[in-house]
Amino acid sequence: MAEKFDVIIVGAGPAGSAAANVLAKAGLKVIMIERGEYPGAKNVMGGVLYRHQLQEIIPDFLDEAPLQRPIVEQRFWMLDENSAFQFGHKDLSWAKPPHNNFTVFRAQFDQWFAKKAVEQGALLVNETVVTEAIVEDGRVIGVRTDRPDGDIYADIVILADGVNSLLAKQLGFHKELKTSEVALATMQVINLPAEKIEDRFNLEPNQGATIEVFGDSTKGMVGTGFIYTNKDSISIGTGTLLSDLVKNNVRPHELLETFKQHPMVRKLIEGGEPKEYLAHLIPEGGYHSIPKLVGHGVMVVGDAAQLVNGIHREGSNLAMASGKLAAETAIMAKEVNDFSENVLDTYRIKLMESFVGQDLKKYKDATHMMAKQPQYFNEYLPLLNRAASEMFTVDGTSKWDKQKKIIGMVQERGMFKTAIDLYRMWKVMK
Amino acid sequence: MMSEPLKKVDIEELQYLTRFVSDKESHLVIKDHDICKTKCKEKYCTVFCPGEVYKWEGDRMFVGFEGCHECGSCRIGCPFNNIEWRYPKGGLGVVFRLA
Repeated sequence: MAEKFDVIIVGAGPAGSAAANVLAKAGLKVIMIERGEYPGAKNVMGGVLYRHQLQEIIPDFLDEAPLQRPIVEQRFWMLDENSAFQFGHKDLSWAKPPHNNFTVFRAQFDQWFAKKAVEQGALLVNETVVTEAIVEDGRVIGVRTDRPDGDIYADIVILADGVNSLLAKQLGFHKELKTSEVALATMQVINLPAEKIEDRFNLEPNQGATIEVFGDSTKGMVGTGFIYTNKDSISIGTGTLLSDLVKNNVRPHELLETFKQHPMVRKLIEGGEPKEYLAHLIPEGGYHSIPKLVGHGVMVVGDAAQLVNGIHREGSNLAMASGKLAAETAIMAKEVNDFSENVLDTYRIKLMESFVGQDLKKYKDATHMMAKQPQYFNEYLPLLNRAASEMFTVDGTSKWDKQKKIIGMVQERGMFKTAIDLYRMWKVMK
Repeated sequence: MMSEPLKKVDIEELQYLTRFVSDKESHLVIKDHDICKTKCKEKYCTVFCPGEVYKWEGDRMFVGFEGCHECGSCRIGCPFNNIEWRYPKGGLGVVFRLA
């Protein structure tokens, strides 16, 4: 008879390791199954990790977690071919503990986070693929792996198997993802000496900056470009809805290369040495794409549950929050010795009541609307740049006349149409 | 959409930056080669795949699974649902070292 655990966690990313930390600390018998050579080997993130949810699980993470730079400035560019309308916010209090967010390398961070769970008593098995959930009488009772005699049993299985979540699909919790529900992100890590980064981004040592770039970075497709500072490198990438890439016949790596060579971007990474190229899907469907989260003996967390707030580029913190809530529910279920869907549904209720569910609800229609209404990215952002260029170019035209000219640009689109577009944008963001 | 074409990329050079530990057999399988040949004029997967894993060889789709980032785009993006997509065996496939 195969060994039996209290909880099997499939995937040792932020959601899985968050759950494992909480469960192992409570004394439950936990196994994490990771398909990569090590946790993080299959995982990709632009790089911004928020502090709060991590600190709830590892209070003294600052002393030991492998972090790159605490972020003190978040910039936003509305990019056109030869111009950029820019704004941002810098807060130097973020340079001091407890900080707000950090850039991290996931291959390092995920290994550390999983190791913390192992220190609490969780078992971590790497290089093992879970090929299916073992279901008996409508209950998930374990998992089948690609190891010889690889069946493992538990009272509860937590699916933290990432955006593609083939296991949740196997259970019928979601249908195949649609191309409009996911963004394909490609990125590169480019080595650059720390002093150069600090000079180019106006930073002190151990301070970081992020730039989110809309518009020409994705050639008007729904998505963003990003530029994040690590200790001795820059992470630069672009991500667009897969549906837009397919529709426009675009190679994602050529889009990234074009972004790298954009005149507003080129100098920031000049002289840098590319060290790694990575591609990954990001769940962008939000609230409407959340699958069935709970079944008899099973809960779904993190990217597998499509828990990403694309508007605020939050994901790994949502993953940790969901992992923690699932673990707390598992502990409660163990106490009452009932692992039915009815009991585990506590997880879903708590998740939807938390900031995770609330934030996803707030922006539930945002990505869908932008996917259907491409004018925000491919018309308004260029218009914004033209208007700013007009207003700031001194050429003997009076400011009143310039204002008229700008209003004329809007009228070209149609005042009414623009008013509707503004209202529509407000409605999905409010 | 674009006033100028996108910058070209030497995919080999790009992929060389990433570590892959190859399996002997492919985790990506074209279900029916005839569909690629007769039904799919556009050969979408040869364009949107970030590793350029798929190459049309005139009469057959070549699958260079060794350079797969395991993102899942091809499984979702193939309009004919013609790609069988699994994870590579434990420990094999792409091994990201940084981000």
